[in-house]
This record gives sequence, C-alpha cells and structure tokens, in this order.
Amino acid sequence: MTTLLDVRDVSKRFTMGGIFGRKTVDAVMDASFSLSAENPEIFTIIGESGSGKTTLARMILGLEDPSEGEILFRGKRVSRYGGRAEKLAFMSQVQPVFQNPFEAFNPLKKVERYLESTARRFLQTSDRAAIDRAMDEALQKVGLSLKEVRGRFPHEMSGGQLQRCAIARALIPNPPLLIADEPVSMVDASLRMSIVNLLKSLRDDLKVSVIYITHDLATAYYISNRLIIMQRGRIVEMGDARTVLDNPQHPYSKLLKASVLSTDDAGDGKLATDPEMVKAAGDLVGQAGKLVTKPDGREVRVYAGV
Amino acid sequence: MAEDIVKVEGLKAYYQMNYFGVSREVRAVDGITMTVRKGEVYGIAGESSSGKTSFIKVLAAAIRPPLKVVEGSVKFDFKNGPIDVATATPKQIEAVRWKHLSYIMQGSMSVLNPVRRIGRTFHDFASRPMGLTGKAFEDRVIAHLARLKLPPDVLKAYPHELSGGMRQRVTIGLATVCHPEFIIADEPTTALDVVVQKEVLSLIRDIQKEMNAAVVFVTHDMSVHANVADRVGIIYAGRLVEEGPTRDMFFAPKHPYTAHLVASLPRIGDVKQRPALEGRPPNLADPPQGCRFHPRCPLAVDKCRQDVPPMEQVGPDHRTACWRWQDVKPLVGASAPSGVMA
Repeated sequence: MTTLLDVRDVSKRFTMGGIFGRKTVDAVMDASFSLSAENPEIFTIIGESGSGKTTLARMILGLEDPSEGEILFRGKRVSRYGGRAEKLAFMSQVQPVFQNPFEAFNPLKKVERYLESTARRFLQTSDRAAIDRAMDEALQKVGLSLKEVRGRFPHEMSGGQLQRCAIARALIPNPPLLIADEPVSMVDASLRMSIVNLLKSLRDDLKVSVIYITHDLATAYYISNRLIIMQRGRIVEMGDARTVLDNPQHPYSKLLKASVLSTDDAGDGKLATDPEMVKAAGDLVGQAGKLVTKPDGREVRVYAGV
Repeated sequence: MAEDIVKVEGLKAYYQMNYFGVSREVRAVDGITMTVRKGEVYGIAGESSSGKTSFIKVLAAAIRPPLKVVEGSVKFDFKNGPIDVATATPKQIEAVRWKHLSYIMQGSMSVLNPVRRIGRTFHDFASRPMGLTGKAFEDRVIAHLARLKLPPDVLKAYPHELSGGMRQRVTIGLATVCHPEFIIADEPTTALDVVVQKEVLSLIRDIQKEMNAAVVFVTHDMSVHANVADRVGIIYAGRLVEEGPTRDMFFAPKHPYTAHLVASLPRIGDVKQRPALEGRPPNLADPPQGCRFHPRCPLAVDKCRQDVPPMEQVGPDHRTACWRWQDVKPLVGASAPSGVMA
C-alpha cells in the first residue's frame, strides 16, 4: 500500500503580540493520520471554530509550515518554500475548494476566467481549443457544461452552481486529492445535498480523495469513510465514520453528537443540552492525554486518572 | 386560541428602480397573507433570493426605497394601540421600535460597533425607548444580561474581545432588553458552531417563553425550525407556499418543495442516498408563469404551468398552495416514528 498523504506528528504554534506581552496559541498539536493512494476516500475533519481544522488544512496545502513534525505527499515533504516548478507540480496534485463561493470568484470577472487561468497554468499551453476542452471536461464532471457557464458573472448563478464551478476549477489538473473547507456551509439547504452528493460521486467515480472539513456531523456521517474529531488543536477521536458517530466515546464527541439538531421530535421544542456533558468536555481542554486504539479500530484520547 | 399579534394581508412589496430611463421591477414579496399569534414562535424558511429578507424588512418596518409596499397591509396589534407599518409615519414607527417591535440581526460581528464598548451600544439602543438613564438604566441592563448568563463585565468589553456565542447573546440582549412583544430573528445562528448554536437557540426559546413574546424566526436550516418553531411557513420565490404546525410540516408536508426540504436533511444513523433538488431559484425580476415552483417540481402538470395555485386549507392550521397537494408524499428520510402519522 502506498500512501498518498502522510501527516506525521504535526503541530502548529502561532505567536501573537509584540516583544512585550507575547502569547502563543497551539492551533494544532500532534496530529497524525495518513491517506492511502489506492483507496480513494472521504476523510472528514470535524471540529468547532478554533479547533485547528482549518490550520491543519492550510498546512496540508502548503500555505503554512508546521512548527513540528512533517507532512509528506507521495513521499515528498510539503513546504511553503521551494522552487516555482516544484510548487506548481504540488499544486496540480492537491487542490482546495473554499467555503464561500461568492468570495472565491471575482465579482467583476466572468466565471470562466477563474477556470481559464487555472487551465492555462496547469496545461502550460495557450491553445484556445485545448483550454476550452479541459474546462468543459472539468465542468462535465460536476454536472455543468462550458456552454451554460460561459459569459456569466458570479451573481448570475446560484450558490450551488457556483460552488460546483469552484469544484470544477479544482478538478482541472486532475488532482488525486481535494481539500474542501466547509464547502456547504454557505450554500442553501435545498442545494446543499447536490454538493454533498457531488463529493460522493467524485470519490466513487473519479477516484479522487477528499479531505472534507466541517462542523456538520450529519453530512459527515452521510458521506465520509473515516473521520477525526478535533478539540482545541488535539485529535480526540479518530476512526471509521459510522463506528465513531454511532457511538462516540470521547466526552467531546458525545457533546457534539448531542448538539446536532434532530428532526425526529420536530415541534416538541426539546433543546436543552445536558450541562454536565458540556462541563465534562470542557474540563478536558488543555489536558494532554494520549490516543489509545480501541478493539473496534478507532482511536480515542484517554487521560491519566480519568 | 391566542389572539393575533400581526396580520399580514395580501402583502406585495416590490423593488422599483428607475435609472437613466430604464425601469426594473423585482417582485420580492408577491401576495403573502399570514398571521402570527401572541406568544408563539413562527418559523420562516426559504432559500436566498426567495424574498424572505424583503418580507421581514417589511415586518420590521424597515421599508426604504427601492423597496416599496405596493399593496396590502401589515397590521400589528400592540399594547399601545394598533399600527399598520406599511402606511405608518416614521414618528409612529419610532414609537413602537425596540419597545414593541424588535429585531435580532444576523452576523453579530458586523452588527456591533467595533469601536464602541458594549455598554455604550446598549445605551445608544435602549436608553431612549426605556426612558431610563444613568444608574437605573445600567442596573436594568445588568439584570437583563444576567438572565442571558452574561457577566456584567461584558458592558466594558469591545465586541472583538467576546467569542461568537457571547456576541450573539449580546445582540439577543439588545433586542430583548426593552421587553418587546414581537421579535424578528434573522438567521441568528447561521455563523455559529453546533454546540453554541444549540445554546443560543434554547436561550431564545427561554427568553421568549419568559416574556411571552411572539418571535418570527427566519433561517433556511430546517433542522433549526424543527427544534424551535411552533408553526413553520415556507417562502418560495416571493410567495408563501405552505404553512402549518411544525410536526405536520415535517411528517406530512403538503407541498413538493417542503417535502424536498425535509427529505434532503441528512441524519446520523442513516446513509440512504438523499435526493438533491435540481435547478435554481427563479429570478424574481422575471418569475415563471403559474406556480413558481413548477420548473423544479417533480409533480408538475400543465395546469401548474398556467395557473397560480391558491392557498388552500388542508388540515387544522395547515395551508398549502399546490394544485396537487393530495399527491404529495413525504420522501425518503422523512419517516415518522411509528404510530405518529399514517
């Protein structure tokens, strides 16, 4: 088995403030996981804001260097530094999809411009026909076509369509790995599922691995193969998505699951979260503990004396 | 049955623009009739560009050009007398704003003034409607903040010093400090994480019960409606397409759009393929003829393409605007717990 992405004991520490009153924030602490090259999967990172999930994604994309540990992509170290050619080669393998499609596209330029510049760069050609073909192919993969998109501005398209265009753009260089940072949180409820289903079909039909970052447990359960749950920079639970979410074991994972709004008792107005659960999860912030593998294959962080 | 606090009748509000001789009309609200009762939570669902924001702008008496009320009325029945905000003068509106009619805004970061301490913002907002100043005012505000589980210190803080959940609680505090009878909450939890979202929702619910205020709760997230609303109304392309008690809306929807919205919610413990609705919401400057949902509707027939379906009573408190409501079945995933619904 060859590994596609290998994240080894990665930590990231940010320093804030000047010479006086310097503060450090540990955004990610000792994260490790790996994705295999043969079995494409949707790997989900779940956490609240401030849990370090976006920092982790930025490190994988090579936009941020880890303070400790290293990230290997196909055996090569991911780094912010390096030559232009090297970077381009890496970027054609790992592509991002961002949260808000209305911000990802320049409102003053036509949608196809964004796709075109990507195609031009990665195909290293200025042949119009070749660029058009690449754009059309990528758009076909997300259920659109160049004919529909050509000549339109971002405000003329719905959020769902635009997000699909953003995914199409990421697919132009045929990357084996997509990193989607909350791709559905800004999309309307009725269109949300079309994006989620699209990610699923990318995995099943095009064999693209996806790192799906979200705080929505319901969609995570729906599409992912494996997931990690992060709390304040630490991975607290990791394993098969169904195993973990059907029966979470870490107090924080339990709290997250309990906070998902269920529609089963619609209209009853039951809302209160058990305060003890919140406290149990909150008390564990800042404690190191260590990840222990359980018999069912998942890893859970356990703490000394608990 | 409780009395109505607001009665909206045949409301039409259009954006009318006329630049350089080119006129354009966007029919954002096109004939909405509904009522909200005293002391209930009424949920409004709809996607972006469905006209829900324009509708609540009218409800909140924030009608500014180019938005214009073309037809219909919005009659509130407040303690200090009835008022029709569609025709009221600015002076009359000022008399009810915050004290009777209040508004929890979306995006707590951009609502609070970043260069003013929270205490000053409270003063700006509430001192005049409450008619209190100085120590008396501060005591009332601190007592109110305690109810929202906020320490008095937040009055001295700047918005950026608070977490997202705390900021949202501050905006709820601002909206409720005058004990209004009618509160509009516009997507108050969209930007929040799951854990905080639940806290904020239960807080809104508690404070609403305590003050016995009516709340209109706007969000496109159906799972939020399932947990806070007593009744839910669905807006599609400027029209109310279905309205009913929350339970019925989830387990026995009578409009294909509602059925779809409910069915597309993924749930933990269920990995069945979810249907996704194709197409895009219609352009309100040029809406389709007949039922506005027909281009995306799986049940559409010729009649739907020509005639606008009227709002029909289909059950107690349950109305829908669909020619084929009898054929609407809950889709996958909307299965009710056994013994609840046939």
